[in-house]
Amino acid sequence: MTAPSRASADRLGRLLNLVPYLLARPGIELAEAAAELGVSEKQLREDLELLWVCGLPGYGPGDLIDMAFDGDRVTITYDAGIDRPLRLTPDEALALVVALRMLAETPGMANRDAIERTLAKLESAAGDLTSAPVEVRLPGNADRLDTLRGAVERRRALRITYYTATRDELTERVVDPIRVLVVAGRAYLEAWCRRAEAVRLFRADRIDALTELDEPARLPGQVRLHDVSGGVYQPGPELPLVTLRVGRGGRWITEYYPCEDVRPDGEEWLVSLRVADLSWAQRFVLGLGPDATVVAPADLVERVRQQAGAALDQYS
Amino acid sequence: MICLLSTRRFLTAAQIATTVPGYEHDPDDPRDHEAFQRKFERDKAELRELGVPLETGTASAFDTEPGYRIAAREYALPDIQLEPDEAAAVGIAARLWRHAGLAAAASSGLAKLRAAGIDIDPSATLGVEPVVTVDPAFAPLTTAARDRRTVAFDYRVPEGDAPTSRRLEPWGVVCWRGRWYVVGHDLDREATRCFRLSRIVGQVRLTGKPGSYEPPAGVDLISHVARWSGPVERTGRATVLVRPGRAAGLRRWAREVEPTADGDKLVLPFADPDGLAASVVGYGADVRVLDPPEVREAVIQRLKEIATRHEAASVSAR
Repeated sequence: MTAPSRASADRLGRLLNLVPYLLARPGIELAEAAAELGVSEKQLREDLELLWVCGLPGYGPGDLIDMAFDGDRVTITYDAGIDRPLRLTPDEALALVVALRMLAETPGMANRDAIERTLAKLESAAGDLTSAPVEVRLPGNADRLDTLRGAVERRRALRITYYTATRDELTERVVDPIRVLVVAGRAYLEAWCRRAEAVRLFRADRIDALTELDEPARLPGQVRLHDVSGGVYQPGPELPLVTLRVGRGGRWITEYYPCEDVRPDGEEWLVSLRVADLSWAQRFVLGLGPDATVVAPADLVERVRQQAGAALDQYS
Repeated sequence: MICLLSTRRFLTAAQIATTVPGYEHDPDDPRDHEAFQRKFERDKAELRELGVPLETGTASAFDTEPGYRIAAREYALPDIQLEPDEAAAVGIAARLWRHAGLAAAASSGLAKLRAAGIDIDPSATLGVEPVVTVDPAFAPLTTAARDRRTVAFDYRVPEGDAPTSRRLEPWGVVCWRGRWYVVGHDLDREATRCFRLSRIVGQVRLTGKPGSYEPPAGVDLISHVARWSGPVERTGRATVLVRPGRAAGLRRWAREVEPTADGDKLVLPFADPDGLAASVVGYGADVRVLDPPEVREAVIQRLKEIATRHEAASVSAR
């Protein structure tokens, strides 16, 4: 489909919605309607003008859509038969139903009852379209998430014991919770960390202990939240680049970690990825065992070789 | 459009052309008429895409030209009343797609609900926000499963060298632990199979006609995916010696910790000796396995192989 045609279809869809929308809200302010419909006020005025000249062709003016303006307010006085919005398309029904199923399945969700009721109503309104062939299951620790959500809602500071995998250490810190996210099936607490003096994402399953403090959460003015649309771990170019030669059994790492480069090398693959920390990389490579060899950097090769040798000496 | 909405009769293309501005043309001029027909076809497709149920039929037995009308019964969204908390839920649900595939469909669906008189508070939250992302194969596969059309795609597992081409009757798409899978009947393997959407390479091709198969009645899609990635029982127990203050990651899993003169003695639950060996070896010389022998042996074996591989690498890196 060509671009102008797409735009005209979008506009027709918008116009068909506009009449019942305004009909349900007599005397609504144009600015309010435009904001809620996600169009500019100028666009809304143009749409209204076009609607005004719409109606039953070849008939008298009484058959045209009619509306009354009162300053910045508008009321539809004749709807020309468009008093209901169009039924949902299969994609619209799918989008809403799948998202509601996602919410209903998310552990620790508040007001699950309202979500279930909405789902039932939408499914009946969309008819057979919602035999949507999509199922969702997100197992997780609902109790843990309930606690975290409670802290966010009560706006309380938390003292947490947190395991940092990159440094392999447990630390205690006071954080000011902002929100709870579930990304790719894993739950995170996004909070201001008073220790790091920055907004951090804490994986819920690495919060080993948690106490709600008797003090309100405080955020230092405007904080920037993480954009997790591209995944939670998005290594920057400033981090060390590590190149490994991996065999078949180690190639799963290319699915779990963002890799910069994957290329075949004889029977094996050369995989390059950025790591937060070289001591994490050392644990990671040792853990991969016979499935991986470090190619670069040279000091990581040396660290892994020395550690493996020292560990072996313990058993001799 | 409005012309069609207000009629209960079937109107032929020619009748529509005489009443609708923009459709004026000379039906006797072949080029002009062809242009009209193209425009008319395109507009019909556009209407159907918006969800307008366009019916074809004839107004009377004497008509030979097909006529069109809108199935008024099917046109409108059925009456739907949402409580404020339900309206909030659907608003939040629509927002989940902001990063992903169905964002446009979600917002136009939401617009229709608003037009049905439902007020949706855009600032409502539920405390926990799922972040939804879908793979490019999501849209074609859900469409194919809905319409029961056979699909073909290339599929690459990480340990495979090259993608293999698969043919599938998709029954449905499943989100399990945040990853998307398609479940269906694999036509080449003659068996039920599930495929991870992120491993599909390139385009999903719709190869079959709509309604070309019937999924088994009452099929539980989740069970086909969850069967291969369910939780593991850690019934084994291993004893390891850890240097004080080291290997925090292992200590978190320990069932018992006992300080001794040689270091802290940890009891670790495990499912399979090799899996435990892999995590223990990660901590290098900070951890020594005491028991059981199969874990100890697995660790020694791994360390020897790592040492050999990196001995050679270390020489070649110099």
